[in-house]
Amino acid sequence: MKILSYFFIGMVFGVGLILSGMTLPLKVLGFLDIFGNWDPTLAFVMGAAVITTTIGYQLILRRSSPVLENSFFLPTERVIDTKLLLGACMFGMGWGLVGFCPGPVLTAVSSLTTGTIAFVCAMFAGFWVAGLAK
Amino acid sequence: MYILQYSNAILGGATIGLAASLLLLLNGRVLGISGIAANIISGQSYSRKYSISFVCGLFLAGWTAFTLIPGALADSPVTDLKILALAGLLVGVGTRLGNGCTSGHGVCGLSRFSKRSLFATIAFMASAIATVYLTQHIWELGQL
Repeated sequence: MKILSYFFIGMVFGVGLILSGMTLPLKVLGFLDIFGNWDPTLAFVMGAAVITTTIGYQLILRRSSPVLENSFFLPTERVIDTKLLLGACMFGMGWGLVGFCPGPVLTAVSSLTTGTIAFVCAMFAGFWVAGLAK
Repeated sequence: MYILQYSNAILGGATIGLAASLLLLLNGRVLGISGIAANIISGQSYSRKYSISFVCGLFLAGWTAFTLIPGALADSPVTDLKILALAGLLVGVGTRLGNGCTSGHGVCGLSRFSKRSLFATIAFMASAIATVYLTQHIWELGQL
C-alpha cells in the first residue's frame, strides 16, 4: 500500500510539473531571465503550488498522524548556515545554466534524450559525491 | 493566449500542491524531490523502495505525456553535454549540501513557513537569476 502511494503521488507530481510547463527548460530559463524578455508564467506555478500546499498542510497537520505511518516526519533542522546557502547557490547555478531542476528532469528523462540522461547521471553522481563528504 | 497559459500554470501549480499534500497526508513526509532521488542511492532516510517507486511514477507520467502529447517535454536549449553534465553535478551536490531544491524548500518549506527554506529559496533563485544574466547578457552564450 505504501509503495503504491509513493508511485501514485509521483505520478500526480509529474502531471503537475508537465501541466505547469516546468518540464520545458526554455520556459524555466525565460522565467529566470528577469533582465531580459521575462516570462512570468512560473511565478503563477509557484504561487498556486505554495497556496495549495499551505492550505493542505494546515488541514493535514491537525491530524495526530498520517494515514499510512504512525507519525509525521517533518524536517527539524533550523540552522541557516554557510552549508545551506552555498548548497542553494550551487543548485541555482546548475538550474540557471540549463533550466532543469531535479523533479522536472526526472520527468523529462523519460524522453531518453542524450542531454537529459547526461544531466541525470551527473546529478546522481553529485548526490553520491555530496554523500561522501557528509 | 496568455490567459490560457496562466490557467495551465495555476492548474499545474495546484496539482503540485495536491501531490505535496497527499505525501504528507498519507506518508507524513515533505515532498522534496532531490531528497527522494538521493535516497535511492543513500537509503539513509527511509527504505529505498519508496523513493524508487516515487521516481518511477514521475517517469511514467513523463513517458505517458511524451507519448501522447507532442511538446509536453523538451530538452534544454543548451546542448553541450559538458555543460549539461556540469549543471547536473552542481544540482546534485548543491541540493545535498543545501538539503533541498525547488520542491522541498521552494514549495513545501515556504508552505511550512520555514525560515531556513525561505533563505535557501532566496539564495537559489538569486543564484539562478544571476547565472542566466551572466550567460545570456554578459557572455552572450545565446541559448534563449
